[in-house]
Amino acid sequence: MELAGNDIKICYQCGECSGGCPESAVMDLLPNQVMHKIQLGDETVLKANTFWICSSCLVCSARCPKGIDIAKVMESLRELSLRSKKRYVELAELSKEDLEELPQIALISSFKKQTS
Amino acid sequence: MYLTEKIAYYPGCTAKSYAKYMDSTSRDVMKEFGIDLVELTRWTCCGTFYGLADDNLYSQLAPIRNMIRTREDGFTDLVTTCSMCYNTLKRANLLFKTDEEKAERLNAFMYEEKNYEEDVNVWHLLEIIRDKVDIEKITRKVVNPLKGLKVAPYYGCTLVRPEEISIDSNPEKPTILTDLIFALGAEPVEDPYMTECCGSYLTVKDKHLVADRTNKIIGSMTRRGAEIIMVSCPLCQFNLDRRQKQARELNPSLPEIPVVYFTQLMALALGMDYDKLGFKEHHVDPTIVLKKRKLLGTPEKVPIKVKK
Amino acid sequence: MTKTSAEIKQEMVKIYVANTEYEVPSNLTIMKALEFLGWRLERGVGCRGGFCGACSTIYRLKGDHKLYTALACAAQVEDGMVIAQIPINPANKKLYNIDSLKAVPNTMLEFYPEIARCISCNTCTKACPMDIEVMDYVQAALRGDIAQAAHISFDCIMCGLCATRCPAEITQFNVGILARRLYGRYIAPKYKQLSKRVDEVEKGKYDAEISEMMKADQKAIAKLYNSRVREKD
Repeated sequence: MELAGNDIKICYQCGECSGGCPESAVMDLLPNQVMHKIQLGDETVLKANTFWICSSCLVCSARCPKGIDIAKVMESLRELSLRSKKRYVELAELSKEDLEELPQIALISSFKKQTS
Repeated sequence: MYLTEKIAYYPGCTAKSYAKYMDSTSRDVMKEFGIDLVELTRWTCCGTFYGLADDNLYSQLAPIRNMIRTREDGFTDLVTTCSMCYNTLKRANLLFKTDEEKAERLNAFMYEEKNYEEDVNVWHLLEIIRDKVDIEKITRKVVNPLKGLKVAPYYGCTLVRPEEISIDSNPEKPTILTDLIFALGAEPVEDPYMTECCGSYLTVKDKHLVADRTNKIIGSMTRRGAEIIMVSCPLCQFNLDRRQKQARELNPSLPEIPVVYFTQLMALALGMDYDKLGFKEHHVDPTIVLKKRKLLGTPEKVPIKVKK
Repeated sequence: MTKTSAEIKQEMVKIYVANTEYEVPSNLTIMKALEFLGWRLERGVGCRGGFCGACSTIYRLKGDHKLYTALACAAQVEDGMVIAQIPINPANKKLYNIDSLKAVPNTMLEFYPEIARCISCNTCTKACPMDIEVMDYVQAALRGDIAQAAHISFDCIMCGLCATRCPAEITQFNVGILARRLYGRYIAPKYKQLSKRVDEVEKGKYDAEISEMMKADQKAIAKLYNSRVREKD
């Protein structure tokens, strides 16, 4: 968890991050649950879909009363997965119709966060 | 029009294709205020989204290279209209200025370029409009006030988060777009969803999530009476405009609402030729709502009835 | 007094190929050096003139961490060179029918979406033996400026050294080819006189003349040739 650079131990599970997260309804583990698993050293956190469907909106980090950069923690989980060759988006699976209409900005940011 | 000031302009990858009207209206509008947006002679993709991991220096190369390009052109200020580019460029710039070790490594990797000496400032066009041009001047130049048009400002995430680069001192309730809407003579419709994420890059693989976001955002705004949404980011525009169709599959009662860039509305209010605004390219046509409010064309073509 | 060829001492340099140290004359190219050592090259050799892109080579100089690229037929050996060749590059080549494509920005993304992964690291430009600004043309293709991508990539000889080093796994040279083909087919201005003439030929305007000429004997052809219409000298 050094990638995140935060003192994760200070999270006291207030749940403000999960409350503000726009995608929390479809995540298997909520952001505050992810934080808890990391605190416990539970590696099954890497199996959750949380950080893949995180859209880096940064609301969690903006609202955390302890000043933890939760978005950075999500990014570090993404990086750990991407660096062990796990990808969320497969370029070969993108349909022709999608590629004809998606603006570059969508592809660039998606590939940045979700492919390795 | 005598142009008094030149400022380096970073268009962004999408500005030459999908968002070309954001690009053209930005330039035209700024010319009205005597500012010449000079596109960098050589620029590369900003590498959005900003790399949050501490040890991923590769992701900082792209934005810093553009800082070097700005200096090569002899400018110290760089302005962009795309919010995601603004976020990436400004944060990378800030990282470079605060972390000496990373700065050194980045300069060393880019040995074929001149060293970057941290002397460039990154601005968003809205900041230039608010701080350099001043909202008052805009009101004075408006010839086609958007009277009665209910505009919902939509900021998205990258313009207001994180706090250190937010263009407004209050990231939870920014006012810059509202002020702009007032200046153009329209009625702002503020909404709690105006700083909620549109779904961003999830639109590539998880379109249904973006459709859900679009449904919530548009649903809330239309319930408050909004007729048109004003955005500043091409990805927000794509998500709110193009994915409306999928949002309607989730919620068939979702009304249709056009989504335009703030510079397009500014250009319309400043009396620019309607054909140059690019409204035909949108998935939901703004012309319908604008016709209803009798706002199309310059006053010569469509006279605005002024109460005496 | 000039020395005889026997007296001039040939300067030799040490090179390393396949983990073995060799001594070769210093004035040879890498390709000639390999042949000097007895290898018969079947792959990784072509025009021998720096134009076909077959002899892509990567090398290091002993003791130096830097990785250099070169064309074996064009680069001279240096002392301490540790050489490896990449005769075939596993490239991502998409199949397309140029007649069914449109020269719009998203065409480049449709076939090579990986260009959106470009992080502007410039490693491709540094690897190019033809001094092409590879990163710039990939970026031009990304933003949809097909004409610029075609112009910048004009000198590309498809050696594949850029693609070998790219961290985003882009096959730059194939992107360049698509850009140039789209440019030539759809964007470049057309010669009206050429299309007019092609049309005339296809409609058979010259068929009679040609068939007569095919039947004529040498004398008749000579007569035709000498009395042909030509511009004043």
